[in-house]
Amino acid sequence: MNSFDHFTPATLTEALSILAERNGNASIIAGGTDLLLRVKNHIVKPAAVLNVKRVPELRALSFDSNEGLRVGALTTLRDLTRSPLIRDCYPVLASAAGLMASEQIRSLATLGGNLCNASPSADLAPPLIALDAVACLVSLSSERQIPLAEFFTGPGRSVLQKGELLKEIIVPPPQGKTAYLKHSPRAFMDIAIVGAAVRIQQQGGKCQQARIVLGAVAPTPLRVRSGEESLEGQTLTSEVIRQAAKISAESCSPISDVRSAAWYRKRMVEVLVRRGIEATL
Amino acid sequence: MKTLITLNINGDAREIYIDARRSLLDILRDELALMGAHRGCDSGDCGACTVIVNGQPVTSCMMLAADWNGAEILTVEGMAKDGQLHPIQRALVEKGGIQCGFCTPGFVMNIKALLDENPKPTEAEARAWLAGNLCRCTGYAKIIEAVMSVAEESA
Ligand SMILES: Cc1cc2nc3c(=O)[nH]c(=O)nc-3n(C[C@H](O)[C@H](O)[C@H](O)COP(=O)(O)OP(=O)(O)OC[C@H]3O[C@@H](n4cnc5c(N)ncnc54)[C@H](O)[C@@H]3O)c2cc1C
Ligand code: FES
Ligand code: FES
Repeated sequence: MNSFDHFTPATLTEALSILAERNGNASIIAGGTDLLLRVKNHIVKPAAVLNVKRVPELRALSFDSNEGLRVGALTTLRDLTRSPLIRDCYPVLASAAGLMASEQIRSLATLGGNLCNASPSADLAPPLIALDAVACLVSLSSERQIPLAEFFTGPGRSVLQKGELLKEIIVPPPQGKTAYLKHSPRAFMDIAIVGAAVRIQQQGGKCQQARIVLGAVAPTPLRVRSGEESLEGQTLTSEVIRQAAKISAESCSPISDVRSAAWYRKRMVEVLVRRGIEATL
Repeated sequence: MKTLITLNINGDAREIYIDARRSLLDILRDELALMGAHRGCDSGDCGACTVIVNGQPVTSCMMLAADWNGAEILTVEGMAKDGQLHPIQRALVEKGGIQCGFCTPGFVMNIKALLDENPKPTEAEARAWLAGNLCRCTGYAKIIEAVMSVAEESA
């Protein structure tokens, strides 16, 4: 491991000043469960490591029935599984977090790290995108909000600019029902080979709004708009559901790797989207 | 880069100069000679390095010690009291939940975290909680038996 400077800023301004000074050559460390692996394997060689765990501005956790949920980047997966607020208003986030890693890793790993690491298989991305979440990004000179659906640009890449960090996620008040299904060879401690989040809002027996978001089957989490459109305005019969599942499987572009063959991923997308829609009825 | 940190380990405050690259597991083993937390994978997968930090079970190989200045740390060395094994340790011995022993300190600490939060887990809850601890010897059944017997005793 190369040697690096280590900083523990106490405020957001201090953290952003160090980031700006280092001009992109500082790695933010939150839980460290993704970063440290890459540092240990010499994939990342940071000149400086910025421990943001003492920055209070990254710890929001509040709900307002008009604005929705504000959840800070430092919220751990353990917090997501235990918070009464999350469990009551956004149970899909508690259950998705509970499907990740192990109890020990969940005590360390953060929401912000899961998103900023930008792995195509990141388990929190599909359910948050299905909930129409918005990312709040801050730098010394600006603060901007972008839909989480537009945050990811490729494996390991996002719209985060040098000097910028993810402050928090805003999730609109919950509408309809959301489900997240994860398929992996092992029941615990495994990365998804397919993840599928579905949100369905019904009115008068018809689907009013639908979201279908897939993980691990494209370079970024993937929103399947054509599948969503095939559901909207319809009565959700098994035929309509099966059609949306089929469109979803056709829309993704999975790779074959050590975890799974591409054709199997596609087949499982169809199964998980169907089950996901059924789970929201 | 060297930094001075304080770690409260098993009730003792220890001030140490550390290299910022070192993991908490490195510091426990190499600087403090606490060899209970074991290094299996060094990548968060096996749980052999599990300790309890600020009340939560964590894989100490995946933590930079420098990030955790001021933390309260409980390791397996802090479990036995007055020469008496902790009930979790005793149950693992009595039920045959320990063979080579490599995984055991990690299991002891994660079982403690489980029972602190949920003193009467179901077998399914215990298995799910311990999913991040690997054991190559016992086949897990005896470890789960030990957990259930401690939960029973405390009733
Ligand atoms: C054994 C094991 C099992 C795992 N299982 C799963 C799993 O089932 N599902 C899954 O999705 N992931 C899994 N992971 C990956 C990882 O634990 C998660 O992605 C976790 O949420 C990362 O969070 P972190 O706080 O540890 O990230 P860190 O390692 O601290 O950071 C990750 C990246 O994001 C950047 N970053 C962190 N916070 C911010 C911020 N606020 N602003 C800008 N950049 C930031 C860092 O610089 C780094 O590049 C697993 C990892 C391990 C070791
Ligand atoms: S050595 Fe830390 S989890 Fe394996
Ligand atoms: S007793 Fe040998 S690894 Fe568990």
